[in-house]
Amino acid sequence: MNENPIKEVRLTPIRNGTVIDHIACGQALNVIKILGINETNIGSSISIGIHVSSKALGWKDIIKIEDREIDEKKSEQIALVAPDATISIVRDFYVAKKYKVDLGEHIVGLTRCTNLNCITNKGEPVLPEFSVESKYPVQLRCCYCGKLVNNISDNLL
Amino acid sequence: MDLYHKDVVSITDFSKDDIEGILDMAEKMIPYARGEKIKRSLDGKILGNLFFEPSTRTKLSFESAAYRLGCDVIDVSEMSMTSMAKGETLADTIKIVDSYCDATVLRHPYEGAARLAAKFSDHPVINAGDGAGSHPTQTLLDLFTMRQSKGSLDNLNIVLVGDLKYGRTVHSLAHALNKFNMKITLVAPEGLMMPDEIISHLEANGCRPVITEYLDDAVANADVLYVTRIQRERFPDPSEYQKVAGTYRIDKALLEKAKSDMIVMHPLPRVNEIAPEVDDTPNAKYFQQAANGVPVRMALLNGLLGGEF
Repeated sequence: MNENPIKEVRLTPIRNGTVIDHIACGQALNVIKILGINETNIGSSISIGIHVSSKALGWKDIIKIEDREIDEKKSEQIALVAPDATISIVRDFYVAKKYKVDLGEHIVGLTRCTNLNCITNKGEPVLPEFSVESKYPVQLRCCYCGKLVNNISDNLL
Repeated sequence: MDLYHKDVVSITDFSKDDIEGILDMAEKMIPYARGEKIKRSLDGKILGNLFFEPSTRTKLSFESAAYRLGCDVIDVSEMSMTSMAKGETLADTIKIVDSYCDATVLRHPYEGAARLAAKFSDHPVINAGDGAGSHPTQTLLDLFTMRQSKGSLDNLNIVLVGDLKYGRTVHSLAHALNKFNMKITLVAPEGLMMPDEIISHLEANGCRPVITEYLDDAVANADVLYVTRIQRERFPDPSEYQKVAGTYRIDKALLEKAKSDMIVMHPLPRVNEIAPEVDDTPNAKYFQQAANGVPVRMALLNGLLGGEF
């Protein structure tokens, strides 16, 4: 019998910061990309759970960022890749604020049009713009070329 | 719809009533388009004709439409002759041209170019074809020709055949046909079918297009056969073009299988998809269709530029 059994490691509660839960499975790293967080601009811990069991989703990803409260404006961007995500702002171990991400009706400049022949991919001085056709699953229609955008997570700006 | 100072970027921007209104105006323009009557309702106006892709019918019919109404035309026919060859953006080019004229007609190889041009222009922009995107003025003259031949656009049975994937004329047309409750059959070789998003759009608006590769069966009950060229220039791989070129050919033998009053349309140019023997049949409407570009574009220009008529 093993005298030093390996303890199951779980994401521990954080004292202060942000918990982004119910992220669509496989999208945690894209959420980190959207938040613009990397090793050079944060001095606290980030815990990422990938393929975590979930009653609601079956499987999900989860992110806990210590000592940083993310801007509510980022929720629209997160909704692009994780439309079911919830954001909890934690202060002294208590949830001070909790909300669900919301995609809105019109998206500007967050992702590229996947049509390579679209004028927005040709160096013109415009940001890509999309109308939201569907939130579940996320479907965007380019306001310039009219094409439906797929592979959103691969084309984030 | 008051057309004054509007952009014409996509046929989806127009309602059924808007379209009928433009076609009614085009009807009134016919004697003026033929030179039988003269009215210079756009005297003193200038149209900018920017064609960054080859065109015969669209470019010349816009010019003819403008001149028939007394409107002058300045034009560019090659990108290599503009500052875009030096790296200037389309946005900058459009701002400059917009300052020289009262409306701009744009044909461009990239989808969405006309929408971008409209954003950077104070005057009306007319989309004369943007890549594989749309060609709304072609759609208007197509509908005009159908109405001329059939009396009404409602409830027609139409077959679209050829390159439905890259053909911008059929993309625009499909959106418009749906507004008139037409029965649509799509006939294309494998790999050249109408894009899924357009089919989904049709279905979302209550249309259930029939999709097939077999033209002979499709024409049996058709009122309109709309033929498109398989466009060599849209194929990234020439060998892919060779595989599908010549898949469908409209000839008298095919017409025998159709109703006697079925009309044959084509946005032109054709290569070999319609046999010359069809030209002299009463079914052939493609040359009349091309001629209709003038009164339809006269109606648009007159409306956009506020001509008294």
